[in-house]
Amino acid sequence: MIRLRRLILGDQGLVVIFVVAFAIVALLVPNFFTERNMLGLLQSVVTIGVVSGSMMLCLASRDFDLSVGSIVAFSGMMAVMGSNWTGSVAAGLALALISGVAVGAVNGLVIARLRINALITTLATMQIVRGLALISSDGRAIGVNDPVFYAIALTPLFGIPAPVWVMAASFVIFGFILNRTVFGRNVLAIGGNPDASRLAGVNVASTRIWIFAIQGLMCGIAGILLASRITSGQPNSATGLELSVISACVLGGVSLSGGRATISGVVVGVLILGIAENAMNLLNIQAFFQYLVRGLILLVAVLLDNIRSRALRRGA
Amino acid sequence: MTAFLRFADISKGFPGVQALSEITFGVAQGKVHGLLGENGAGKSTLIKILGGDISADAGALFLGDQQCRFGSVHEAMNAGVAVVHQELQLVPELTVGENLTLGRFPNRAGVIAFNALHARAAAALAEIGGGIDTRAKIVDLSLGQRQMVEIAKAIMFDARVIALDEPTSSLSAAESDVLFGLIDRLRKQGKVILYVSHRLDEVFRICDGATVLRDGRVAAHFDAMADVTRDQIVQHMVGREIRDIWGWRPRDLGAVRLRVEGLAGPRLPNPASFAIRSAEILGFFGLVGAGRSELFRLVYGADAADRGSSAIDGEAVEKRPDRSIEAGLVMCPEDRKADGIVQGRSVGENIVISTRRHFSPYGLISPRREASVADEFIARLRVRTPSRNQDIVNLSGGNQQKTILARWLAEPYLRVLLVDEPTRGIDVGAKSEIYSILYDLAEKGLAIGVVSSDLPEAMGICDRILVMCEGRIVKEFLRAQFNESAILAAALPVREVEAAAREFAG
Repeated sequence: MIRLRRLILGDQGLVVIFVVAFAIVALLVPNFFTERNMLGLLQSVVTIGVVSGSMMLCLASRDFDLSVGSIVAFSGMMAVMGSNWTGSVAAGLALALISGVAVGAVNGLVIARLRINALITTLATMQIVRGLALISSDGRAIGVNDPVFYAIALTPLFGIPAPVWVMAASFVIFGFILNRTVFGRNVLAIGGNPDASRLAGVNVASTRIWIFAIQGLMCGIAGILLASRITSGQPNSATGLELSVISACVLGGVSLSGGRATISGVVVGVLILGIAENAMNLLNIQAFFQYLVRGLILLVAVLLDNIRSRALRRGA
Repeated sequence: MTAFLRFADISKGFPGVQALSEITFGVAQGKVHGLLGENGAGKSTLIKILGGDISADAGALFLGDQQCRFGSVHEAMNAGVAVVHQELQLVPELTVGENLTLGRFPNRAGVIAFNALHARAAAALAEIGGGIDTRAKIVDLSLGQRQMVEIAKAIMFDARVIALDEPTSSLSAAESDVLFGLIDRLRKQGKVILYVSHRLDEVFRICDGATVLRDGRVAAHFDAMADVTRDQIVQHMVGREIRDIWGWRPRDLGAVRLRVEGLAGPRLPNPASFAIRSAEILGFFGLVGAGRSELFRLVYGADAADRGSSAIDGEAVEKRPDRSIEAGLVMCPEDRKADGIVQGRSVGENIVISTRRHFSPYGLISPRREASVADEFIARLRVRTPSRNQDIVNLSGGNQQKTILARWLAEPYLRVLLVDEPTRGIDVGAKSEIYSILYDLAEKGLAIGVVSSDLPEAMGICDRILVMCEGRIVKEFLRAQFNESAILAAALPVREVEAAAREFAG
């Protein structure tokens, strides 16, 4: 019993719980553990997954970003419209990435240089950027002319669709950034104590601007992949994405008060969200109930984390 | 005389450390009892057990004949035990009256009866001497007044035992005087006062008896302070004899390293100028609020300056923390918790946070190199930690301070070190170690600036002292001219002179 407690409350507790949950779902839900379903599951979490790595950095530095959903939609629109205007998919993709980075950099500049609270800043840009997406397309979905564009989401590599590879690569890269770069360690230090970090020589302002710019870049990539998958630019796509991404991070043990994050946790968080939705679909559970279950999962995860950190503090 | 508050064989262990072993002693009613010991000796743990923050593994706590076991702070308060922590537990945006009645607002159907509330609060404040408006917000009070409110809170709960943890650490001399008057009053009311402090002169001044803890055990217990001398207490605290804790040695001073010219900022309106020579330790003495920390922060670039300049070895320095570090000028801030340590990160991480830029090509860190640097400086400064991976918040104040010093000593190119209150809240043993680190650095030719509110310390370790008063550098003393009362007199604004004179006469 004590052993079990230690396993669940330990460092890798989340991974253990995930493995157990996965095994139970695989055994109980028919058609779950099949190659087709697994690939479908992974593809369904690509948008969340691609943005979650940069959101991890953002939360770990004690910041917050509500604008990711809007940026994904906006840069998706830009990818489609850019391709149609110029006749070149590459130009469209470049435009999407640039617009993502631009919005992210604006977020970062306003937050770090003008010292406006991140929650308020991104609440504002979330609406502004959604507005831009709607204005640019007159509120309509816009189809893609060039078939190369939707091949992006379909091209398999070693039997696995390209977007899943992109997501996997983003996890690896963000894990590396967090653990092995000065930038990543500075992000965690800023989350732990911003004032002390500044006095220790960390350039807090520029680090925060970079975090948001990178967040914008990842939203741009996610926007391209999403637009390619749904074969059009849709100004209303990815609504509520910010909440799913933050949920995934929190599920993965990223502390909202900053300074604590692991990439393995975030990966598990993203997969838990994906599995829950996938299993409910396979079990034909009505979509309305899925909201309920997602909320409950989040609550339980946070409770568990709370118990864990209290156990840690007692141990200290 | 029977003890009212009794600790009987209290033990408490944390993983890896036995914090308290069989603590046994008692304090009678109407007595002020000092609780002394180095950091890590177990004082805070004992206070936490008394206050219901944590529970003991073994042993018993008695109030009168009754054995108590507090499961929470609330239970302890209801039983008549109040702990006044260093960090006060007040809600800054609420009024004094609201703070005093928090959780028990007099009300009618949920609507607060403000007249009754303020009457109750005023009654409690009157009992401890009054003088504070119950309608004032906590943010508008001085630290000394806030402390009085905290003590009044204890009175509201009808506390019979009041523990004060380092109550004077951020008070001015005059405010401390008021506090001592209040403690005396509580003594006469028959309360048991447990007084935790590092300042032995205070303990001798107001305590009736004292208990010294060392390594979680009772090292000595005195029912009367007349039975013991200051030196004996220090010996019990450190377990060995300390002759000269300052250990100052003469040094040959070099050319001017740091020159500050007319520096002024929002919180230091009067321009300040000074210079520190190579190998010199220059002290900045003054009362709390004299502008010493503000000056250091301007020099380092922690706060933006309005005007003025500074130069190291003749080269101008841009005033921004990262540029200062590049130029070899570093600062250990006054408030370790707020500005020094990065909470939640490891000791090693706290050491290499700045210096890692020298061995992280293309921004990629080298875990092996970081580990070896961290281990090297943990060993060199004798930071007491189970490993470099320990979260820094679990270290004692002295070891946190050493970690921050290590952060700067790891810099390959140091020219100026500014240390703000290097030994505040640090025990005697660690103090000597920190002083000898400063001497070593000075001997290597660094220019060192030290802010200290502890006059014996400033006089003990500095080659020269600049006295600041109300935002200005008012006087300079060379080591040969050091004289306690002259330095203090220079530091006091005219209206404070009287209060201090009283303190020194007493």
